[in-house]
Amino acid sequence: MNHAFDIVIVGAGPAGLAAACAAAESGQRVAVLDDTPWLGGQIWRGEQSRPQLSQAQRWIERFRRSGATLLDRTSAIACPQPGVLLAEHPDEPREIHWQRLILATGAREMFLPFPGWTLPGIVGPGGLQALVKNGWPVDGKRIVVAGSGLLLLAVADGLKKHGAKIVSVSEQAPWSRVLGFGPALLSHPGKMLQGAGIKLRLLGVPYRCGVWPVKAEGDEQVRRVTLTDGRNTWTEDCDLFACGFNLVPNVELPLALGCALSDGFVRVNEWQAASVENVYCAGEPTGIGGVDCALVEGRIAGCAAGDRHAPAKALFAKRACWHRFRAALARAFALRPELKSLAADDTLICRCEDVTLGRMKQFNGWRDAKLQSRCGMGPCQGRVCGAAAKFILGRGMESVRPPVFPARVSSLITSGTSASNPNPNQTTT
Amino acid sequence: MSQTRDIIIVGAGIVGVACAMECARGGLKVLVLDRGPIGGGTTAAGMGHIVVMDDSEAQFALTHYSRSLWHELRPQLPEDIEIEVCGTLWVAADDEEMAEVHRKAKNYGQRGVRVEVLNSADLEKAEPNLRRGLAGGLRVVEDFVIYPPCAARHFLEQARKHGAEVRTGVHVKALRSDGSVLLADGSSISAGRCVNAAGPWSPALTPGLPVRKRKGHLVITDRHPGFVHHQIVELGYLKSAHSTGRDSVAFNIQPRKTGQMLIGSSRQFDADDLTVDQAILDRMLKRAIEYLPALGRLSAIRAWTGHRAATPDKLPLIGPSTVSDRIWLATGHEGLGITTSPGTGRLLADLLLGRKTEIPSAPYAPARFANGGAHHE
Ligand SMILES: Cc1cc2nc3c(=O)[nH]c(=O)nc-3n(C[C@H](O)[C@H](O)[C@H](O)COP(=O)(O)OP(=O)(O)OC[C@H]3O[C@@H](n4cnc5c(N)ncnc54)[C@H](O)[C@@H]3O)c2cc1C
Ligand SMILES: Cc1cc2nc3c(=O)[nH]c(=O)nc-3n(C[C@H](O)[C@H](O)[C@H](O)COP(=O)(O)OP(=O)(O)OC[C@H]3O[C@@H](n4cnc5c(N)ncnc54)[C@H](O)[C@@H]3O)c2cc1C
Repeated sequence: MNHAFDIVIVGAGPAGLAAACAAAESGQRVAVLDDTPWLGGQIWRGEQSRPQLSQAQRWIERFRRSGATLLDRTSAIACPQPGVLLAEHPDEPREIHWQRLILATGAREMFLPFPGWTLPGIVGPGGLQALVKNGWPVDGKRIVVAGSGLLLLAVADGLKKHGAKIVSVSEQAPWSRVLGFGPALLSHPGKMLQGAGIKLRLLGVPYRCGVWPVKAEGDEQVRRVTLTDGRNTWTEDCDLFACGFNLVPNVELPLALGCALSDGFVRVNEWQAASVENVYCAGEPTGIGGVDCALVEGRIAGCAAGDRHAPAKALFAKRACWHRFRAALARAFALRPELKSLAADDTLICRCEDVTLGRMKQFNGWRDAKLQSRCGMGPCQGRVCGAAAKFILGRGMESVRPPVFPARVSSLITSGTSASNPNPNQTTT
Repeated sequence: MSQTRDIIIVGAGIVGVACAMECARGGLKVLVLDRGPIGGGTTAAGMGHIVVMDDSEAQFALTHYSRSLWHELRPQLPEDIEIEVCGTLWVAADDEEMAEVHRKAKNYGQRGVRVEVLNSADLEKAEPNLRRGLAGGLRVVEDFVIYPPCAARHFLEQARKHGAEVRTGVHVKALRSDGSVLLADGSSISAGRCVNAAGPWSPALTPGLPVRKRKGHLVITDRHPGFVHHQIVELGYLKSAHSTGRDSVAFNIQPRKTGQMLIGSSRQFDADDLTVDQAILDRMLKRAIEYLPALGRLSAIRAWTGHRAATPDKLPLIGPSTVSDRIWLATGHEGLGITTSPGTGRLLADLLLGRKTEIPSAPYAPARFANGGAHHE
């Protein structure tokens, strides 16, 4: 089915919602598409059905009143021609025509391979949080949390509230760095309160910095995690192991549209405009800055896409402030080089295609390794192993091809008959 | 020193490495150069269907010869070449195409190619996911499927065992009539002869070569084992492959050892970039779903394109160029280079070494074209 709008936003997380509200104020026809059935993206998942955060409620309410259309369960899979997105929807493929496009595709968790990392019961902290929000029981479960980023604390806190027994929370970054992040927290009262609240509830749970996992063991399920601080190594028993190392931006759709990246993030100008005409980008794809940073970038993008430059400009100072926070985050939670040697040669790096790190190392570059070992060729198309390989070996995914996500074969077909298709039924004469 | 090198092969696609393997086995000192990784050109984009074809006598001779060489190689091929002896199923939609089934069956049968004719009911049994009401088909029993990039690596390993040297990441700028090659960095490497095996890029190294890029699209699915059991090709494919005119698509699907399916294919001239062309993709996938109605519901994970190296008579160029007897050609394999690589390597080595070829080499001689490697320098 065909849909046409003036401004189309991909992603209904904080950045997308803020962009939609701002864009709708310009009086244009605005639509937001999201692959999930709900509003709120990763962080506000579940807020629609079980309201908890007032900030989320405010934005969801604001979006509802904005007049923007929500195309839910709609996943953008390709850009068949300029001004058109091809999207998959459970009922029928959708072609969404846009004049201006705002990409607010968010981020995903970064996983690093270590011996045992593919055992059942090892999950990303964000992924586990999402499962729990959808009603998956963790009551009484012993959970070890490790990896990196503020997300670890937030997730541990949430799991504890759902009755889990948090064995420990381990942050790979050293105390000195995480403490250095303090001033950035202090200058952002909202974050600070959130941080303090989390600390209180976590009381009694060891939060350690400068500690990282080296292996996981178990039978049909993870049972033990071995951790180290670089000098000592010890083992903790668990039923689940939540492990993730910061976030990786979802830049596949921006790349498919031809947007230039710099340092792995979508390059934008002061109006959040990407290098491709009429395409904007906001939130995590431009840098991992958290929910408030995503909100302000989203609003700027929405205003700019609606040609309202004054209100966009009025937000520049606020954004600059969040960009300082973003830079502080990156410094505080930078991954330590020791993590590059967690995986042994016989550790899988590509889970889709069962490729070990040792096998991958036999080849000279990502493309060579991919062609010869099939790594990155599976359904995830290198989303997991590409990020890991980039960190460990300094090489990673090189090209994005449609579909951006796996999609039904029929969803790849557009309705259009174009100039190069004068006679679609008569193909063999 | 480098002067002692007999031959430099430019291009480590499946054709170049097959030549390297046969030349090295024949005792020649071989150097293989490629600007990219091994098998990273068209060899990384193609389907890997090893198929006997009979559009012309010469095409039959080379594909049949090559397929028998592939079967000889089979016992030594490593696991990752993913051999799947699924056979080819040529599908006839109507009586006219069924007549072609019978013609082909007779032609193949007379020449010792194992085939079976299927009527409508047999076809339904052989491939239950095909739409009902098709006229029948032809099963070519010993055709099979491989994974080309690993086959290329294996051929190169064989060449190395016989002393061949390989350098990747080396961009060649020109082939010289004294047999030496000029590299992009300005240096040159001398040898008795050089071979242009640069696939669709070969005209850049031998200007005037009658080779044009012919773009093809493919889509790979997630793992759905058992959905089809043969490489299935519509007989209309012949008409599509034949036409040198406008863009065409034809139904062609391949079961991979991984349980995935590779869906093809299209043919376009004058489309030199590698972006996916939505209009062509639309036609190609619609065509495939016409034949396999349930295919639309399966999950697709990637679409891509590649360039075939097409010649005017759909036969490759194998042998000395008309420019210089020190510049040889092994290119122009269009949509059959994976199949015909072993035969090409053997022919080239036989010609270079002055051995008797096992099939006549004249139909592939570059000299058949007035400009089979013309106006060089
Ligand atoms: C798993 C996970 C859990 C997180 N948990 C927390 C937390 O507890 N606390 C915290 O402070 N931060 C958390 N974050 C970080 C937080 O999401 C961001 O800081 C902030 O929400 C950024 O907002 P965003 O709009 O850029 O991205 P997101 O909130 O991720 O929103 C992006 C939305 O776009 C959709 N989308 C992406 N691509 C497409 C496409 N091609 N077609 C259609 N829809 C698409 C996604 O489904 C998603 O709904 C988490 C991040 C992740 C990845
Ligand atoms: C969609 C599609 C489907 C196909 N399906 C089949 C099939 O089922 N069966 C079959 O038999 N065939 C098939 N083919 C055809 C087959 O893929 C090709 O014929 C074959 O791969 C050609 O191999 P090649 O070695 O000649 O060329 P290539 O593999 O393209 O190798 C040429 C090499 O030369 C290198 N090179 C080029 N220029 C230079 C330079 N200046 N300096 C250094 N290096 C250079 C390139 O990097 C490349 O590695 C298909 C092709 C396509 C596009």
